[in-house]
Formats: sequence, C-alpha cells, structure tokens
Amino acid sequence: MSRLFYRKLKDRLALAAIVLLAFLPAFPLFHILYGILKQGLSVLSWEFLTHLPKPPGEPGGGVGNAILGTLMLAVMASGMAVPVGVLCGVYLSEYARGKFGEVVRVAADVLQGVPSIVLGIVAYLWVVKPMGHFSAFSGAVALAVMMLPVIVRSTEEILKMIPETLREASLALGVNYWRTVLKVLIPTGMVGITTGILLSLARIMGETAPLLFTAFGNPFWNLNPLQPVEALPLTVFKYAISPYEEWILQAWGASVVLTLMVLGLNLISRFLAWRLGGR
Amino acid sequence: MMSRNPDRIFYGLCLAVALGLVFLVLGIGFTLLSGSWLSLKKFGLAFIWHRVWDPVSEEFGALPFIVGTVVTSLVALLITIPFALSSGIFLAEYAPARMAGPLAALIELLAGIPSVIYGLWALFYLVPLVRWVEMKFGAPPFGLGLPTASLVLAIMILPYAASITREVLKMVPPEIKEAAYGLGATKWEVIRGVCIPYSLSGIVAGLLLSLGRALGETMAVTMVIGNRSEVPTSFWDLANTMASVIANEFTEASKDLHLSALVEIGLLLFLITLLVNTLARIIIAKLQVK
Amino acid sequence: MKASTIHEPKGPIIFDIRHLWAYYNDKPAIREVTFKIPEKKVTAIMGPSGCGKTTFIRCLNRLHELTPGARVEGEVLLRGQNILELDPVLVRRKVGMVFQRPNPFPTMTIYDNVLAGYKLLGQKLKREEADATVEEALRKAALWEEVKDSLHKRGTYLSGGQQQRLCIARALAVKPEVLLMDEPTSALDPKSTAKIEELVVELKNTVTIVIVTHNIAQAGRVSDYTAFFYLGELVEYAPTSQIFTVPQDPRTEEFLKGKFG
Repeated sequence: MSRLFYRKLKDRLALAAIVLLAFLPAFPLFHILYGILKQGLSVLSWEFLTHLPKPPGEPGGGVGNAILGTLMLAVMASGMAVPVGVLCGVYLSEYARGKFGEVVRVAADVLQGVPSIVLGIVAYLWVVKPMGHFSAFSGAVALAVMMLPVIVRSTEEILKMIPETLREASLALGVNYWRTVLKVLIPTGMVGITTGILLSLARIMGETAPLLFTAFGNPFWNLNPLQPVEALPLTVFKYAISPYEEWILQAWGASVVLTLMVLGLNLISRFLAWRLGGR
Repeated sequence: MMSRNPDRIFYGLCLAVALGLVFLVLGIGFTLLSGSWLSLKKFGLAFIWHRVWDPVSEEFGALPFIVGTVVTSLVALLITIPFALSSGIFLAEYAPARMAGPLAALIELLAGIPSVIYGLWALFYLVPLVRWVEMKFGAPPFGLGLPTASLVLAIMILPYAASITREVLKMVPPEIKEAAYGLGATKWEVIRGVCIPYSLSGIVAGLLLSLGRALGETMAVTMVIGNRSEVPTSFWDLANTMASVIANEFTEASKDLHLSALVEIGLLLFLITLLVNTLARIIIAKLQVK
Repeated sequence: MKASTIHEPKGPIIFDIRHLWAYYNDKPAIREVTFKIPEKKVTAIMGPSGCGKTTFIRCLNRLHELTPGARVEGEVLLRGQNILELDPVLVRRKVGMVFQRPNPFPTMTIYDNVLAGYKLLGQKLKREEADATVEEALRKAALWEEVKDSLHKRGTYLSGGQQQRLCIARALAVKPEVLLMDEPTSALDPKSTAKIEELVVELKNTVTIVIVTHNIAQAGRVSDYTAFFYLGELVEYAPTSQIFTVPQDPRTEEFLKGKFG
C-alpha cells in the first residue's frame, strides 16, 4: 500500500512540476507583449504613423518612411519569391520523381536553416558591392531568399493534398497539363498557398539582420528601389541602442506597429489554415 | 505534336526554377567562400582558433566569436529544455483539447514576434534584472553580456522547442499508451516509461533545430551581448557572437581584409548551422522510416 | 421477462456487475447491465459492432475513463469489492488487458516488454526473479520456444501473431486475476488466430478470461459462458452450449443465424 502511495505521490509531484515549468515561461513571453503595449501605445498617433523622423531633441516626428519602406520591401520580396516559390512547389509536387526531387527538397531545407545575417552578407556581395551602394532592391533580394523555402514547401504540400481524380478529370477533358496546373490545381490550392505566402511574409517583415547592410536605412521618404530605404525593424534597432530618451520611446512605438503587422499576418494565415482544415 | 509543346515549355520552366533553387543554395556557399578568400589565404585554418580580433592591426581570428556563439546557444538550450519539455508534455498530455489548441497557437504567435523586439525588451527589462543578480554575486554589474544574451535566446527558442515537443508527443500511438495504463501505470509512469522513450529521437531533433535557430540568431543577441571581441574568461563577461560581430562591424569594415574576415565568419556560421540542422533532419528522416 | 434470459452461473463468482451504465458525453453506450462472471472460466462478450462490447470490458478495468467525456455509473464488484471506488491503478493491476491490435512497446526489447508491468511502475526485480518471470509468462503465452534466443531484440520485430502473444505474456507477467481480451484476433491471420484460441482455452486454468468477439464461431470454440449485447443492453447471458442451441431471445437467435452483424 505504501508503494502505491509513493507512486501516486510521484505522479502528483510530476504533474505539479510540469504545470509549474510549463507556465513559468508565460511570464516573460507575456511581459514582452505588456512592455510593447505599455511603452509603445502612448507614442502612437497619426503623426507618428505618417511623418518623417525628427533629429534627436526635437519633439514629435514619426516612422512613416519606415512603414512605407517595410511595405515596399515586402512587396518587392514577394514579387521575386512568390512566382519562383510557387513554380518550384509545382515542380516538386507534379514532376519531381526520384533523386533530383530529393535534392531540391534538401536545398529548400538548407535554405530554411541559413541564418538571416548570412543571407544579408550574400545579398551584399551579390547586389550592393557590384552596384556600389546600398539599396532597397538588395534588401528585397535577401528577404526573398528567406521567403522561398516556406513558399516552396507549403505549395508542394498543398498541391499533393489535391486528389488525383481532379487532375484526371481535367486531363480527361483534353486540357493541357500546364493549363490543368494553372487553372485547376493552383486555384484549388489557393487558400493553402496564400497561407504559406502570408506565413513567409510574417517571417521576413520583422527581420533586421539581413537589412543592416543591404536596405541600410534612410531618414527620408524613398520609393526608388535602387536607393537605400528605411524599414521598421531597422528603426527599432537604431532607436533602441541610441542614447536619446525620445528615440527610445519611438523604438517602442515602432515595435507596436511592427508587432501588429507581424501578428496580424500570422493571425490571418492561421485563420485561413483553420478554414482550410475545417472544410 | 504541337499541342504537347506548351506542356514541355511549362515543364521546362518548373524544372529551371527548381534547378535555380539548387543553384541558389550552391551559389550562397560559393559566394561566402569566394568572399572570404582573402582571409582564408592569409590566415588559413588557424583563423578558427586564433584568439585575437584586431581590425586596426588587421589581425583576425574567430575564436572569441565561436566561443561566444557556442556558449550563449548551449546555455540557452540548457535553460530552455526543462521549460520546453514541460510545456510540450503539458499541452500534449495534460491540457484538455479545448485548451491545448488555443494555447499552442498562442505560443506560436509569440514565437513570431520579431527578434529585434525581443532585443528591445531585453535591453530595458532583462538587463536591469541581470545587473541586480550580478551585484548580488559580486560580479561586475554590466547587465549586458553572456548571461543576458543566453537568457534572451532561451526565451526566444522556447516556443519553438515547446511546439515541436508537443507535436512529437502527439504522434505516440494511443494503443501503446493504453497498453501501459492497462498494466496499472499512473499517468506519469506512462509519460515517463512509454511516451518519452517513444518520441525521444524526435524531441532531440526538435532541440537540435532550436539550437540551430539560437546559433544564427542575430539582433536580440547583438543588442545585449556587450560587443567585446575577446575570448570571454568568465560567464559574466561581455562578449560577441559570430552573428553579432557581423552585424556590428560589416558596414564599418573599410579594409578588404576586415570585410573578408567577417564574410569568413559568416561562412563558418553557415557551416555550423548547416551541420546542426542536417543532424536534426537525419534523425527526423530515420524517424519517418520507422 | 428479462430476468429469465440472464443466467445465474454456478460456482465461484469473480465479477458481479450491477446496474452498470456507461456514457460518452452523456450518451449512454451501456444501459443497465447486470450479470455475474464466473471465476476461471472463459466468458465471451458477443454482439454486432457498435453494441457496446468494447466499452463494456473497458469498464471492467476502468480503461473506459481514459476517453475524454466518458463516465460510468453502477457497481462492478471484483470479489465483492466495487472497483469503481478503488484506485484505477490498482484495478488494472488485477485485471489485465489484451487489445485488438498487438501493441508491444516499440522502444523495448521482448524481455523488457514482458516485464513492462514492473519496469513502468518503477518496481525492481532481482535478476533471477526477472528471468523466471519472463520465462514463465512467455511459456504461458506459448511463445517461449519461438523467442528464447532473441529475448533482447525489439518486440516489433516479431510477426503479428507473435506480437499478440507477447502482449498476452506482458499481461500475464503481473499475475492478474482476470484477463480481458478485446477482439484479440481481429488483426491476425487464421493460423495465428487458431493459436491464440488454443491459448485462451489453456489459460483458463490459471486466470479468468473475458473475451470480446464479433466472431460467433470463435465464441463457440473458446467460451464457457456467452453474453450477447445489443444496442448497449445485455440481451442474453447463458452457458455457451445453451445459448448456441436454444437461444431465449429472438434477437440472439437472429444474430446467431447471421441476420445482422
């Protein structure tokens, strides 16, 4: 009987330890959200979202250029990564047989694991160095490379889930394979593919490291892809390590905007995935 | 014959893109190699264990950063393991389904917060805390340095490690759990004796993937590690990791050799993460065969 | 009317089940089941699929409660003690179980699988004691001769039928009073099935067996008593020879003739 008591006690103690250890990390994780909201919300204003930054010491100013720059980088990176990624996913799901398919999958996995700062170096050597100056384009290249593996693998998985009968139905109507892919398969998997793209966007929107020596930052408005551009994560970084009280406050403000953008994208893609699973 | 042509073209396009992806990866490796050529030629393999990093006299060795990266990542992993395993076990085994789903989603959302924001938070909330601890222990009260960087890394990889642990545990077949209950085992005995051994290799692979993340993590670490390019002599020291030294010095490297040495550090970082991730993928591939 | 179809077995009784109800999310799966299971006999639980057979025997070792939303009412007396008031962990020690699909622990060797009932519970056995337990259990499960040279290989390396006998050995190793078998041959080929059936008949000298089967012939071959379940109710319970020759209830008769199932 005492053995049973001892075993029961152990069972209870294990549960207590697990619950304790499982909930303890919630504290720092939620404290981050709390910190961002507490420090950042007070900074938010229309001016903060739409104006250029002001020099330290002057009140006001905003991060409008950084928001625009982040959106611009996201659009440019998507423009490069989405078509390439989706086609590559199509290749893996529709055509890849045997060894070469495996090689492509391994390549995507390797790409997924490359530290983002390393991709920054590569984009620097590929684009910035030959051009002779920093540019939005070079930043977008680094980000596009980061997006690729996510889009490739999610497109492949989604297309593989589409039943074979759908392909056969289309082909039996005399439709070409490429039309079948573009008009039947991709539209059918659209929600899933979009989910993958949004997830990959959420992954890169908050990235700072690959932009440090590519997009570089720019205190002014810029829509020219060949010129340096500001981005929200760069702003957070620069302001956070600055010695100026008001800049540090603005770093929190920029963090709120950035967090909302990234969490928003995550939530939308989650919602899409949930709807996809529900059907 | 003509009608099949567009299909061939489309196939060719897909194949070309797939080939492009492979060449992209090879290209990254090649670029890093050629970019670090100057440094490779000058310092050879000794670059890895040389202790001095001095841009002024153009003497470069990667040891301080390798040590910084390895120490912060491993300590972070060690700190994270008990919490991540507990969270994973709690979500997979104890939490009612209605609660586990949303909780897991929440954890993954928190994992999506950008690294630079973790850094900002660490700078303003973690640094004072660490400084307070350092004063208690009589260490130099920097607040910054290896302990702070390790802590913030631990917090950052925890959601990732926890959600992999949960997923791996959920793959344990219910039949073998029932078999253990049928023998009169308590819940903890089932988890300890059946679930954990069954999913052990998956959990290890998940921890390796988390380690891979920690190794390459840049911003949060850069902001709190103190940026001191010497081999740390104690755990309270200021230091630099491979990623943080690149982030700090790349735009300021005016001399070719300095830049090349930084690229070589990037190459080393690439190779280390590749090694860790590959190990994890091999374990996962073996798992799927079983 | 109803009482006449529920037989009262002679000799010592091991399970006395009284007014048992089992629910999934408030939907009853077992309704008002009352009967007695005799000791050291084979009792077959028979009925069309979905009649609650599996739910019923999972109540006998309280495995039913592991399913989220599951609930039990009534009394299940094991030698006069209501197991619903006991600690489930103790109950399962006395009432072992063999499942539909062979489920040896894939991370353990054959040897460790047999001893799992001790090892999982953190009970240490002396070397000789452990060896003896393993050999005895494997002999009882008629597996010893086939595996004695490969005791330290993984249990999953065995064939399906061997794996199921390993699971029987694992259940026997902790010396339970009752062995519950939930369609133990449904995943096996005819040859392995025959072997398990032989084993069941042999084992009743040492342990009480309650076996669920939807295979009428199997119930006829191995059991002493047969309980016929239909839509969660116990329709008829009698010695097997009797129920197979002169079923009292028309539903039993129809089932035995293969009208539904």
